[in-house]
Amino acid sequence: MQAFDYVAPKSLSEAVSLLEQKGERARVLSGGTDLIVQVRENRRDVDLIVDGKKIAELMELSFDPQSGLTLGACVPCVRFYEDAQISQLYPGLNDAAQLIGGTQIQNRASFGGNLCNSSPAADSIPALIAHSAVCLIAGSGGTHTVAVEDFCTAPGRNVLGPKELLVSFHVPPPPRNFGAHYLRFIPRNEMDIAVVGCGASLEMESDLRTVKKARVSLGAVAPTPLLVAEAAAALEGRELDDSAIEQAAAAARAAARPITDMRGTEEYRVHLAGVLTRRALEKSLERAKED
Amino acid sequence: MNPTEVMEPAKTEVKKKYKVIGTRPIRHDGVDKVTGRAVYGADVQLPGMLHGKVLRSPHAHALIKSINTEKAEALYGVKAVMTAADFPDAGSRTANLGELGEVPLKPMCDNVMASDKAVYHGHAVAAVAATSPHIAEEALKLIEVEYEVLPPVLDVVKAMDEDSPLLHEDLYTDELGEKSSRPSNVASHSRHVKGDVSQGFAEADHVLEREYRCATVHQGYIEPHAATAMWNPDGYLTMWVTTQGAFAVRTAVHQILDIPVSRLKVIPTEIGGGFGGKIPVYGEPVAAVLSRKARRPVKVVMDRTEVFLATGPTSGSYVKLKMGVTNEGRITAAETMLAYEAGGYPGSIVALGGICMFAPYNIDHTTIDMYDVVVNKPKTAAYRAPGAPNSEFAVECMLDEFCQILDMDPMEIRLKNGAKEGDIQSHGIPHPRIGCIETTEAARDCEHYQTPLEGPNRGRGVASGYWVNAGLTSSVTARLNGDGTVTLQEGSTDIGGTRTSIAMQLAEVLGIPVEDVVPSVVDTDSVGYTEVTGGSRVTFATGWAAYNAGQAIKSQLIEQAAEVWKVDKDQVTLADGVITTTNGDSRSMTIKELAANLSQKGIDVGSRETVTPQNHGGAYATHVVDVEVDPDTGKVTILRYTAVQDAGRAIHPSYVEGQMQGGVVQGIGWALNEEYFYNEEGNLMNASFLDYRMPTSLDLPMIETIIVEVPNPGHPYGVRGVGEVPIVPPQAAISNAIARAVGVRLGDLPMSPQTVVKALAAKS
Repeated sequence: MQAFDYVAPKSLSEAVSLLEQKGERARVLSGGTDLIVQVRENRRDVDLIVDGKKIAELMELSFDPQSGLTLGACVPCVRFYEDAQISQLYPGLNDAAQLIGGTQIQNRASFGGNLCNSSPAADSIPALIAHSAVCLIAGSGGTHTVAVEDFCTAPGRNVLGPKELLVSFHVPPPPRNFGAHYLRFIPRNEMDIAVVGCGASLEMESDLRTVKKARVSLGAVAPTPLLVAEAAAALEGRELDDSAIEQAAAAARAAARPITDMRGTEEYRVHLAGVLTRRALEKSLERAKED
Repeated sequence: MNPTEVMEPAKTEVKKKYKVIGTRPIRHDGVDKVTGRAVYGADVQLPGMLHGKVLRSPHAHALIKSINTEKAEALYGVKAVMTAADFPDAGSRTANLGELGEVPLKPMCDNVMASDKAVYHGHAVAAVAATSPHIAEEALKLIEVEYEVLPPVLDVVKAMDEDSPLLHEDLYTDELGEKSSRPSNVASHSRHVKGDVSQGFAEADHVLEREYRCATVHQGYIEPHAATAMWNPDGYLTMWVTTQGAFAVRTAVHQILDIPVSRLKVIPTEIGGGFGGKIPVYGEPVAAVLSRKARRPVKVVMDRTEVFLATGPTSGSYVKLKMGVTNEGRITAAETMLAYEAGGYPGSIVALGGICMFAPYNIDHTTIDMYDVVVNKPKTAAYRAPGAPNSEFAVECMLDEFCQILDMDPMEIRLKNGAKEGDIQSHGIPHPRIGCIETTEAARDCEHYQTPLEGPNRGRGVASGYWVNAGLTSSVTARLNGDGTVTLQEGSTDIGGTRTSIAMQLAEVLGIPVEDVVPSVVDTDSVGYTEVTGGSRVTFATGWAAYNAGQAIKSQLIEQAAEVWKVDKDQVTLADGVITTTNGDSRSMTIKELAANLSQKGIDVGSRETVTPQNHGGAYATHVVDVEVDPDTGKVTILRYTAVQDAGRAIHPSYVEGQMQGGVVQGIGWALNEEYFYNEEGNLMNASFLDYRMPTSLDLPMIETIIVEVPNPGHPYGVRGVGEVPIVPPQAAISNAIARAVGVRLGDLPMSPQTVVKALAAKS
């Protein structure tokens, strides 16, 4: 491990100017559960670490019935799931927040850090996509927004420029008759990375049988987390019966284009994409009915 | 519910009343360990100490054309750089491995640091000592190694092909005692024949022939390897090492560095697990050479990735098995071929796989062919009952298949064929008094097995296992203190609570509380020669040395008391810590009183004992497991697990239970998820606890234990080794449970979720 500098700016503008100076040699620190390990194990070489946790916008967690959720990039999972009101409104995000690591990791790890690390197997990304989350990104030219499903570009890579940082997520308020779920498959019960992850959300008509709107997202089956529009198309306007769910699962299997590695074969991951899509939709429906 | 019970078979002698043995005292080293004060390998700190780091081959199989260390040597803070050229030339020198005989020294040296060829991904090629570990790491990046990459050999069966690439041009097969005509990756082929299998198969009503494979798996001890060396200018070398055997380290370093044993002192630190993997040396000779070059102490600590890459996994294996049974369930014949990975250099543990394979059963006709095969993986090391799980897995799975064919209870077929005292084993040796039948009966009768299992996708599996255990040499030194306590120094490093289980045997002899024995593990200058902590031998053999020390102290105390009382020593006895006369004059004094008296007079009471007991007796286990299979994902959940085992005599039942539970957990990991995952280039892709999936506490139920006691007549208290056999049955028990849950038989380990899904898809 090489020596590096550490700065904890108090404002967004200060952070942006530090990134402008150091460019590719700087890296924003959130919980550090990926970054610190990468630096210590010589997998990432940096000159400057910019800690985002002293910047108010990156630590904001608030909900407004009109505009929805604002989730700062550095808010740790524990703050999210211990906020009973907010976590109940966003059940898919809540599932992910409680799955990432153990308790100690959840005290540090954040949705923002998880997204910026841009692992195809990240647990929070399919959940964010299922909830239609949008990223607010700041740079020297001001801010702009990007949908979460468009954020990652390849394993470990994303749309952030070298002088930009993720500020927060904005998630629309949940509509009536809404349910969502994130689940993953791991061979053990803990201490594992998703072989496949799946996020889903359902907005049901008032009959609670017909799907008004659906979103299905998959992790660890492609170079980036996927929004599977074909799965949603198979469901919207239809009664959510076994055949509709099977069509959505088939669409998920068709969308999956995984690799074979030590966490699973290509064939197995395609199979799991279907299994998890079914389970995510069933659980989302159950939650929509409770909504 | 108490998950544990101790059962005494009615057939054996009535249990003697022991004062200390069979109780559960708090371990002597407990406070140090729970307060974090115990000093483990990486905790050693010396003035001026440097940190050593090792450069490892990125290739699985490559010639080393050149190594240039100039830039690394020039880095500020670097005090020494070494390569294999810094070891004395191994030439034709040999290493004496005791019972295994003389073996060439060069492979042992080359495994510590490659001289001309890297034979596995992660093979050490150079090392640096620097003032901080970070500088040492940076220096490694400056070492230039030129490789000529060769095709890797990763599959044990393909490695045996005549046209396979060769790891060693000078390796010829020892083919049933004859040297083969051409070099090969097969280091040896040996065979055991008993009876005539063709006759046995002719007697059979049902014959099955199957193939079974085990992935390469690692011991997964929690503490990485760590060694600190201080090589003084006067030629004396002191080493602090986390090891299963301080004397084994002394011997290996003496051989590799060609220095006299008398110049070398090894101080064993506390050890955080070994399971056989902390018997070989890795960083020890490296730390020593770096220290000699830098003239400062050097500590070499591995990280977890290095542990996976370069230290002993156990053999992956291929087993072909053919067995025959009669309609009544009698096994008539068994024929098998075992091919075990040795790793980069010869020396797998296939011989013990062969010896143990059929030991739970009395079979008239058996033929066992054993192949030791080199592949481009780390040199294998012992792992808890080394060799036995691979081969016994095959037998136990096939027996369950026969049970289904014959509609026979799995316990019944095991009892019908169960091995007894006097039965001749497949390698020609008769069984001593063993507890195979008693263990199986206890499993059959236990509450778990008697309770029906219900529900979809659930199944119950049964398997038995055998491990040979070991005796070997052990030493202790015991001395009575002036306050009546006994200081007990021992050469066995304490992995499983053996300080206490050894001390308990001495305490029993003297009839004193175990808290009055003060045990410590000492260095190689301070106690007699002691073999490694391995082979489930320490409570048996070192315990016996302590027993002898107790007897010696007892007779000295009796003599001294007789002297004090001016009576004949035949008229004095010692029991329960009190010395009394037997001549009717009712004189008595406690050991404490006599000890004070002797101390004042300057009379030393103590003993130095070395034993090499032979009749260690084998260990048997029978396990029952209930599983539930998720047919969609293939995930197997362990619902309930009961391990039954013959301990001979459970000196400290909690430790016996702990060993049983630990063995089961490792067996479950081996069964379900653990495997070395290589890419096509031979790079190990899962060298971390994240992707090498050992079970966590959340993956396991409480492992229930039942201790059976069939005393070993080869030990004064009837002890049998208990540590290893519990890792043998779980793999087959779980495979059998899956078969009964969802109707697919899995013969390849691990039975990971994706393999279960694949098998289910193939079935439907």
